[in-house]
Amino acid sequence: MYVAVKGGETAIRNAHRLLDDRRRGDRTVPSIGLDQIVEQLALAVDRVMAEGSLYDRELAALAVKQARGDMIEAIFLVRAYRTTLPRFGYTRPVDTAAMLVERRVSATYKDLPGGQLLGPTFDYTHRLLDPELAGGASVPEPEQRSEPTEAVMRVSAILANEGLIEADGELPQDHRPGDITREPLEFPLERDTRLQALARGDEGFMLALAYSTQRGYARSHPFVGEVRIGEVELELEVPELDFAVPLGSIRVTECQMVNQFKGSSKVPPQFTRGYGLVFGQSERKAMAMALCDRALRASEFGEDVVAPAQDEEFVISHSDNVQATGFVEHLKLPHYVDFQAELDLIRRMRAEQADAASERKEAAE
Amino acid sequence: MRHVNRSGNLGEARRAAMAVLAAVPAVQLHRCWKEAAIIAEAETLRGPETGLVAVRGRIGGGGAPFNVGEATVTRATVRLATGEVGHAYLLGRDGERARLAATVDALLQRADKAGEVEEQVLVPLRALQAAQEDRRRAETAATKVDFFTVARGED
Repeated sequence: MYVAVKGGETAIRNAHRLLDDRRRGDRTVPSIGLDQIVEQLALAVDRVMAEGSLYDRELAALAVKQARGDMIEAIFLVRAYRTTLPRFGYTRPVDTAAMLVERRVSATYKDLPGGQLLGPTFDYTHRLLDPELAGGASVPEPEQRSEPTEAVMRVSAILANEGLIEADGELPQDHRPGDITREPLEFPLERDTRLQALARGDEGFMLALAYSTQRGYARSHPFVGEVRIGEVELELEVPELDFAVPLGSIRVTECQMVNQFKGSSKVPPQFTRGYGLVFGQSERKAMAMALCDRALRASEFGEDVVAPAQDEEFVISHSDNVQATGFVEHLKLPHYVDFQAELDLIRRMRAEQADAASERKEAAE
Repeated sequence: MRHVNRSGNLGEARRAAMAVLAAVPAVQLHRCWKEAAIIAEAETLRGPETGLVAVRGRIGGGGAPFNVGEATVTRATVRLATGEVGHAYLLGRDGERARLAATVDALLQRADKAGEVEEQVLVPLRALQAAQEDRRRAETAATKVDFFTVARGED
């Protein structure tokens, strides 16, 4: 039950002023600039954009700064901001085959068109803290290698040539893509709507679910067909022009997961697939998304739904960290009246129990 | 005023120009515009106004479309004293950049100005964009794995 409570205005005002002070910290330390956050905490910015579901680096950096580095608070700020803006439309679907690739690795083929491009990766680093970085040592320019550009072919396309893998994921021609920002969730979801929810889902939650599928809770025998990171161009159709307007590029991470087989008496066995596509550079999230996508397709393949990662309503209803934090954290708000009622109840229960006990005692005597 | 033609060369030129204007950082656009010193009086008809676009991907890369998330976009529409109307839609929230891009779009529709804009603004920006992309490709290419096989055993 909620009741209006007055009072505390001064305390709240002073608390926020204290928050401002603590956020700023020691005034002899320079205030951090948004450009510094964008450039040097780029993956924090990427996570806020992905889960805030809004691509805008400066806004995400501001959110990180305002939230004192609390990622979920920053994501919350970005989600709140997006509700203040009008929607101009839906872009044409991005073409990840035409990506300006910055990283691309495949775990299924050693040699493949476009090659294994490691890009700016943490892989193969020794995970030793670097005191030189703490000192702000100057960093050399990256190496460059000029070679004729080779198309970075999709691994799924290589397998598709032999018919060994299912298609990309078609829905009926007249199907309009679902949009969870406009329509309430209604289970069961189509795969497109599910992917939208997963794309903005909490990285930690999805990582844990993905891990659970590897440990035996909905085994799907995955291989990373490929992970690619890079920039894709956005295009928007607008009424005033008769061509699609190029808006600029955004960085995305895509994961094509290749999973074990499905076939029937009519269709020979094929690899099945899970798909991940996330704003920014985040292969952990893209891979987790792909594993969750595949696990959630259980009923499509006639698999038994036995594990949490396969339970669509469970996964999607709990994947949004803004909703989750809202409901968990609301518990700390005043519940004085509810609690008063519970106090009355427990006192009554105890009194009734005590009465009953004394009645039994009297009866026994 | 030349009409916005249906798919003809002008439409293609405008589209190509918008792609370059969207690709280069605002500082470089402003610097280039300043150096070109093209005289253009443009009245703002709409905006600059910031809104959202829903970004779409495709399931599996090439399948059915789905919504990945949203992005900020700023649009502006301007009209030259001679009547041509220019539009701009650019990622981000930079209103001045959108206004300038819309002005360039309007100028491209003027036969007497299009050449000047092409040579003094778009050509240098295109070179800049190409250089940026080439550098990025070369940096990525340097991280390409060259496998070599170590011979083992008798045969």
